Amino acid sequence: MMNPLSRLRRSFEHGVHPAHHKAQTEDLPIQRVPFVKDYVMPLGQHLGVPSRAVVVAGERVRRGQLIAEPGGFVSTALHSPVTGTIREVGDFRGVDGRFAPAVAIEADPFATQQVDASAAVDWESLSLEKFIEAVQMAGIVGLGGAAFPSHVKLSVPDGVKIRHLLVNGAECEPYLTNDHRLMVERPEALLEGAEIVRQKLGAEETVIGVEINKPDAIEILRRHIRPDQPVRVVPLKVKYPQGAEKMMIKSVFGKEVPAGQLPRDVEVNVNNVGTIVAIADYFLRGMPLIERVLTVAGPGVSYPANLVVPLGTPVREVVRFCGGLKGDSREIIMGGPMMGRPIASLDVPVLKGCSGVLVFTETETARRKEYPCIRCGRCLEACPYFLNPSRLARLSRARMYDAMKAYHVFDCVECGCCTFACPSDIPIVQLIRTAKDDLMHRKEPEV
Amino acid sequence: MKNKDPDLLLFHAPLLRQGMTTPKAMRDVLYALLPATGASVWFFGLSAVLVLGACIAGAVLAEWFFDNGQPRGASLGDASGVLTGLLLGLTLPPGLPMWMALLGGFVGISLGKVIWGGLGHNLFNPALLGRAFLLATFPIAMTTWVPHGGGGELTGVYASNLALPFMQTGVDGVTAATPLGMLKFDQEVTPLTHLMFGKISGSLGETSGVLLLLGGIYLWLRRDLDWRIPVSILLTVMLFSSVLSLIDAARFPSPLFSVFSGGLLLGAIYMATDPVTSPVTPRGAWIFGIGVGVLVMLIRVFGGLPEGVMYAILLMNAATPLIDRYTQPRVFGRGADSS
Repeated sequence: MMNPLSRLRRSFEHGVHPAHHKAQTEDLPIQRVPFVKDYVMPLGQHLGVPSRAVVVAGERVRRGQLIAEPGGFVSTALHSPVTGTIREVGDFRGVDGRFAPAVAIEADPFATQQVDASAAVDWESLSLEKFIEAVQMAGIVGLGGAAFPSHVKLSVPDGVKIRHLLVNGAECEPYLTNDHRLMVERPEALLEGAEIVRQKLGAEETVIGVEINKPDAIEILRRHIRPDQPVRVVPLKVKYPQGAEKMMIKSVFGKEVPAGQLPRDVEVNVNNVGTIVAIADYFLRGMPLIERVLTVAGPGVSYPANLVVPLGTPVREVVRFCGGLKGDSREIIMGGPMMGRPIASLDVPVLKGCSGVLVFTETETARRKEYPCIRCGRCLEACPYFLNPSRLARLSRARMYDAMKAYHVFDCVECGCCTFACPSDIPIVQLIRTAKDDLMHRKEPEV
Repeated sequence: MKNKDPDLLLFHAPLLRQGMTTPKAMRDVLYALLPATGASVWFFGLSAVLVLGACIAGAVLAEWFFDNGQPRGASLGDASGVLTGLLLGLTLPPGLPMWMALLGGFVGISLGKVIWGGLGHNLFNPALLGRAFLLATFPIAMTTWVPHGGGGELTGVYASNLALPFMQTGVDGVTAATPLGMLKFDQEVTPLTHLMFGKISGSLGETSGVLLLLGGIYLWLRRDLDWRIPVSILLTVMLFSSVLSLIDAARFPSPLFSVFSGGLLLGAIYMATDPVTSPVTPRGAWIFGIGVGVLVMLIRVFGGLPEGVMYAILLMNAATPLIDRYTQPRVFGRGADSS
């Protein structure tokens, strides 16, 4: 029996309503892409300090074997996505076009590609420190897109109590359906993973927040909750950026995380659906993070799909599996269309944080005429952080970056609602990014 | 044979946009004004067409004349010039000589918009600036009101419309007073139904309150206007005049008379809401609206003029940057004291 109150669509204030474009892939089961010949695993594919390679060229590695260890606390391990030979440890072109250290692996075409089954980990007997270390050594990072090392998130300082584990199944980015499919196809793994994290954190309950455009996911998750699992599935209003963790906390618990603080300061820990499933896969099946689910979609893709892709697979191979690019393809975005990043070449590899490969054509990328700001205020009504984007954009255009601090430019999470809402087509969030970048990397003049 | 990769673009996210564009928003206001414009033609015949046309021509002429080919400044393509001309025209007396209307439109755009840096940079509402110029330059023509025509005489033209520049233009025949003029100088109250449906004399656009409200609702539904501004102006005026009419119902007008008379609806819905010249912050919009409402009533009741919407809005336009500065929104996760 469904509680009628739980049908209320909860939400945060402001935000925007882009068309979802999810129909292309939301009903397509997750498929596994075949293994290919070459893989590249960048050492810095998570937020923080790059990993340190522990293999050398010519060395033979098994699928799931450690190839790089954490380079510090805010860093994580890397594992080989295939059985094969290390071709090179050197610099390779990354997603942003820059060369960065990476491990290149050539797959063994005759190997079985069986995961190196190191058996399940007895998580219940692990101390909290050992548990967190295990998460780090499993290479698990936030799979929602930011790729922030999960063990750092799970490390709660003494005296801070976590009461709620919030599992983020909002998937508010248009086009993406990978979390949706995970919830529909692997509800047990999700609920088991959530239970592991909840018990280790000592939280009272697990809340899974799902936008109501995924009714099948909500229904299936609710059906699979065991009586001994303190789990609630909370349907959320379809609104971007519902999946931004502070927005989701506001939607579910009605609390605002104070600026500059973290969810744990309001007794919540937020993890993405994919991250929780990765934790279950490691502790229950011994599989480190060597592959991820992503959505290949967009008007430029011949056969859109939800795929399990080994990390390090070149985007070219992923796109080829989906029937290749259509003739008028002009731009490929890694991640979602609101916050993802464009890639300059099809040869860049799929990374831990890559939730989608979206291909856009002339139509979506045509430059529209930019008009002057008429101060209509649509960006103010869109900004979920209640900033004044119109003002920030003007100041950024005038290169008055320091003045932008007084308008709380660093509270901006770059969700892109302002640019989306602007009728004058002013690249507001892009201007804000420029300013933040300048302010963060500027060398202070010598006095 | 391997196909060549496409040359990939690197536009930064977000790639998606909502459908509204600035020229569309301008055109929406034009559509919203269509019923009131139609009513002005119905009541004042061909004269309305001539005066409105001259204003729009003057405004567009200025846009074209000052178009320097730079992206900033010129805005011929975005319909904002036509809108300024139409708004100005709707505030003018039906019998105004066409050349004055043309000049008003030209001055409104050039002094009201172009010299500030073009669309989005001006401090004052260009249409009202044009009107202020005309009122200061041609005070007699600008306050000579023809009687309402009763409607339907579509081919009627007032002789004064066709007057040539700098010729003596005594308006022939009868003139009439506006409802606010009658109230101020003759203590005569016009029935509310006349105000709402246009059986009054006055400027082209102020004779039909109902149609102006209709256009305002359309704009609100299209999210083209900040509802806080008209609502706060109208509420302030109603409150102000309620208090006054409680004090002396004979001397002071009723709240509804205050709302439907003069240019208040035209100003509150279409001019005070000009996003460029009104505060961008929600709290600022309330302050702006209350300010306009109070000034309108102060001018109407205590000033020497029967009507004060234009000066009220222009004065609050001047205060807009200041209001914006002190009403920055509260940022998510920060207390109310963060400014």
